[in-house]
Amino acid sequence: MLDFQLMSDAFPKLMGGVGLTGKLSILILLLGMMLAIPIAYARNAQSVWLHGPANAYILLIRGIPSLLQVFMVYYGLGQLDFVRHSALWPILRDPFWCVIIALGLNSAAYTAEIISGALRLIAKGPVEAAYALGLSWFQTQRKVTIPLAIRAALPAYENEIILTVKATSLASTVTLMDLTGVARLEVANTYAPYEIFLTAGAIYFCITTTLSWLLRRLEQRLSLEHMKTLNPTPLQQTETVHA
Amino acid sequence: MMEFRKLKSVLAMSVVALGALSTPVMARDLRIATEGTYAPWSFVDEKGNLTGWDVDIAKALCEEMKVKCQIVAQEWDGIIPGLLAKKYDMIVASMTVTEKRKQQVAFSQKYKNTTSQFVAAKGSYPDTSPAALAGKRIGVQRGSSQDTFLTDNYKDSEIVRYDKTTDPEMDLIAGRIDLLLANRVTSMVGFLATPEAANFGLVGKEYSGGVLGEGNAIAVRKDDPELLKQVNSALDAIFKNGKYDQVTSKYFKFKLM
Repeated sequence: MLDFQLMSDAFPKLMGGVGLTGKLSILILLLGMMLAIPIAYARNAQSVWLHGPANAYILLIRGIPSLLQVFMVYYGLGQLDFVRHSALWPILRDPFWCVIIALGLNSAAYTAEIISGALRLIAKGPVEAAYALGLSWFQTQRKVTIPLAIRAALPAYENEIILTVKATSLASTVTLMDLTGVARLEVANTYAPYEIFLTAGAIYFCITTTLSWLLRRLEQRLSLEHMKTLNPTPLQQTETVHA
Repeated sequence: MMEFRKLKSVLAMSVVALGALSTPVMARDLRIATEGTYAPWSFVDEKGNLTGWDVDIAKALCEEMKVKCQIVAQEWDGIIPGLLAKKYDMIVASMTVTEKRKQQVAFSQKYKNTTSQFVAAKGSYPDTSPAALAGKRIGVQRGSSQDTFLTDNYKDSEIVRYDKTTDPEMDLIAGRIDLLLANRVTSMVGFLATPEAANFGLVGKEYSGGVLGEGNAIAVRKDDPELLKQVNSALDAIFKNGKYDQVTSKYFKFKLM
């Protein structure tokens, strides 16, 4: 049934596309995170001028298929004369950056939703304690709120990372030779979609499950239980002294 | 007497029915795949109907073979796998006959001559040899015979591969690629006839033969010789009775064969 020779021939070629898939994933997640933090704060703000646009952005991005967003940036912007004559064209001309912009903007919306949810979950106690110790708003965010939010957001963000790795396969629709791009070319050359896509799927599976496993370990590392075993609280120390 | 006549007609009907069973190709509805995004050969019109030269040829063949046909649109890079997976019975999609495709499918007699030519800014590349195009970005449809031709011969150029033939046209206008390679007639009546392509034209010489093949043919599965025989005789018929030229004149001012 399966032509294993074909699969092992295709494997090294497909692995050649993994580098681009990885590069795209990392840059998309970085851009997404950079944009998501201010959007998340804006979403939780009291002022309608802040949470209005933030909510609208998240709603809009989540309501449009990512494939269309890639096409809009790649073909849509390329059609406009003023874009082609602008200083940004060297970037927008390149399909690599088009995919990072389109999927980065996309990831920003989902990540902002995760972070804003995590920020709302944080208990008032530690934050009030920080203010009571004389920390400024900015110091409180940096030392208390954000670390706590990261811990709360990690399980949901793990999901976003996996989804982003898989979403990079859309890059193959705008000429990039990522893992899916190489797979489609191999299919066109061999007429064996079953073997080639199965091999590519197995590679994606290995990447995503490895990532998932690493993130689970990070989650455990950052969990409250684990932290307690690392630095026993002063209260426990006092108790031992008394005993 | 009446009874006997009735019996005779019943018998005659059974014979017809048996005949239909023994030639399943005639009895079944034929499913035909075309590309659907490759004007003027096959495309979807404003009303959402699949139309074009290939679609009309397919209909003429069905009429000749006296079968009911269903024509479906299928993306190019999955069109041969779809045939092999029996999603449809034949491909009428201006497919070029190549040695590689012959290993997978059986081809009918040739139903169209075809050549390929580069498209670029008017008068920009009088020489389109591999040496002259070194370092240039050339757009092409992934998995097309032109893709194989470029991959084999233009090793110093950057080959940019697209899903559909219309995609590199957009990128040629946008300036992301320097040239594109496609079927000559397709470029002439399609892209180059649009106002957006006013500054673009055919450049260099026409290419054919080798991996570019000698012409287009209809593809069927190798295990379906009966259908192939019927397609070939239907093609003979439409070449002779003028139906082929009639379909061609609907789309072009010149003859294709």
